[in-house]
Amino acid sequence: MSAVIDKADIASYAIRWGDDALILSHRLAEWCADAPELEEDMALMNLALDLVGQARTLYTYAGELEGRGRDEDAIAFTREEREYKNALLVEQPNEDFAYAVTRQFLYDAFSLPFYQALASSKDATLAALGEKAAKEVRYHVKHSADWVVRLGDGTDESHRRMQTAIDELWTYTGELFVNDDLDRRMIAAGIGVDLTALKDSWNETVNAVLKEATLVRPADGWMATGGREGRHSEYMGYLLADLQYMQRAYPNMKW
Amino acid sequence: MYTQGLDIPKGDKSIPVEQGDSPEAVRFQARIDADEKIEPKDWMPEGYRKTLIRQISQHAHSEVIGMQPEGNWITRAPTLRRKAILMAKVQDEGGHGLYLYSAAETLGVSRDELVDQLLDGSAKYSSIFNYPTLTWADIGAIGWLVDGAAIMNQIPLCRCSYGPYARAMIRICKEESFHQRQGYELMLSLSRGTAEQKAMMQDAFDRWWWPALMMFGPHDTKGGAEGMKSQHSEQSMKWRIKRVSNDELRQKFVDVTVPQAEYLGLKVPDPYLKWNAATSHYDFGPIDWDEFKNVLAGNGPCNKKRLKVRREAHERGAWVREAAMAYAAKKAKRQAA
Repeated sequence: MSAVIDKADIASYAIRWGDDALILSHRLAEWCADAPELEEDMALMNLALDLVGQARTLYTYAGELEGRGRDEDAIAFTREEREYKNALLVEQPNEDFAYAVTRQFLYDAFSLPFYQALASSKDATLAALGEKAAKEVRYHVKHSADWVVRLGDGTDESHRRMQTAIDELWTYTGELFVNDDLDRRMIAAGIGVDLTALKDSWNETVNAVLKEATLVRPADGWMATGGREGRHSEYMGYLLADLQYMQRAYPNMKW
Repeated sequence: MYTQGLDIPKGDKSIPVEQGDSPEAVRFQARIDADEKIEPKDWMPEGYRKTLIRQISQHAHSEVIGMQPEGNWITRAPTLRRKAILMAKVQDEGGHGLYLYSAAETLGVSRDELVDQLLDGSAKYSSIFNYPTLTWADIGAIGWLVDGAAIMNQIPLCRCSYGPYARAMIRICKEESFHQRQGYELMLSLSRGTAEQKAMMQDAFDRWWWPALMMFGPHDTKGGAEGMKSQHSEQSMKWRIKRVSNDELRQKFVDVTVPQAEYLGLKVPDPYLKWNAATSHYDFGPIDWDEFKNVLAGNGPCNKKRLKVRREAHERGAWVREAAMAYAAKKAKRQAA
């Protein structure tokens, strides 16, 4: 096994996970003043805030490793769409509250074991982030799982909306567990997380929660991929237009 | 955020101002005069209770509606640091809303009733939120000017006679103080920036300056030509629900804010503004009370939009709230079985 770790590789790895966090936080922030209850408005913003914090740590670290003078904002706001490597799941729009809750739950159930595993990374910065993020995500998954159960086992309407959301979002879950070349290099170096190994934990969480929620787990059919290579859905361009507006309209300024 | 401009209008007969001279009423006023706190289970005149419910709920509604103009820029914040700060701030506003609804509930009204009044348009919220946030600099202007004005209003309320409200204000003021500083710090960054950033800042200041002065409400110590001074205002002073006049607070705000504006390199949009050495205060020009009354009457740039957004969010969330209730009932039934 090669002992030489390419810093650019670690930077790309950090950016990938930062992108998941940033894009999901953007979708959550779109709920501001629009949630079903004031308490939930605050809860969703709280999740979004944790995710922005995770993205900042990851982007800042990536910028340092690159040594090309990019800071967290240059990475967050000034890349082309193809350079964002987030999973397709997190960019899916807020069709209704059922979608938001389901998207969150499916991702949280993945990111909790992911960050727990990252806490054992040989890279000290990523390990520290893994430990911190796992603590945060533990609350996220509790919150989203509670909603999945409440809405799945609530009224006929809420059950129907939840089943629709889970059926439609299911196709984006496969991508979360695919190791690509970068993942394999990071795993070999003891820095990255083996994504295929997270599937059992995810299945256990998802199956238990769906059962309690009286929701049917969709069959694992065709799974959409492309996010990790920067091939996104049509929604992504609009999301970035919003996210990047200030940095595009007023480049190279301090705010 | 808050405004003292939410005073009960003249001619409103729904809230009695007389408390009578029963032994309870005399004892009540004596406790107020001795600066004692009135607590939820204590005897209180009906007018006192109703005035507080109106004032606290208007304050709560203002916090909730205020999430909209600021939320307008969360997804477009220029940096991750600014985004995180704005998210935390908007979260605080929601928290203030919850905290204040709870304080109002101690007076025997439910949050649902109060929210219904907001949605059907019968309850007021601060008019300042009927102005739009058109650029990023507006986020700085809101923090600096609107939260700054709110603090001026709220600091005296920490000594308000009603215990739960006074205690809520102490906590809220601490957070508002942070909000105000972040707003000023945001403006400071713009003031050190490019010509475009400076122009953006001046434009925001021009638009928010006068509405911020209107936040203190109509004149109640001088002039009075506007005829908006009410009997309620005097009674609120006597009950120590309100402790400082609108005009005194407004003057204090101008005196504190003008030097800050100068430090930022801003021009105050008031040709009459000048330092008065004799009074040791800034003199300032007349406020456009027609605009104030118009916005209060529903004719501001965003009145209809703010309520529409609130109503639609409430309606869209109905199935979620129903499901949560249904689930809670099922769960309770299962546990009982």
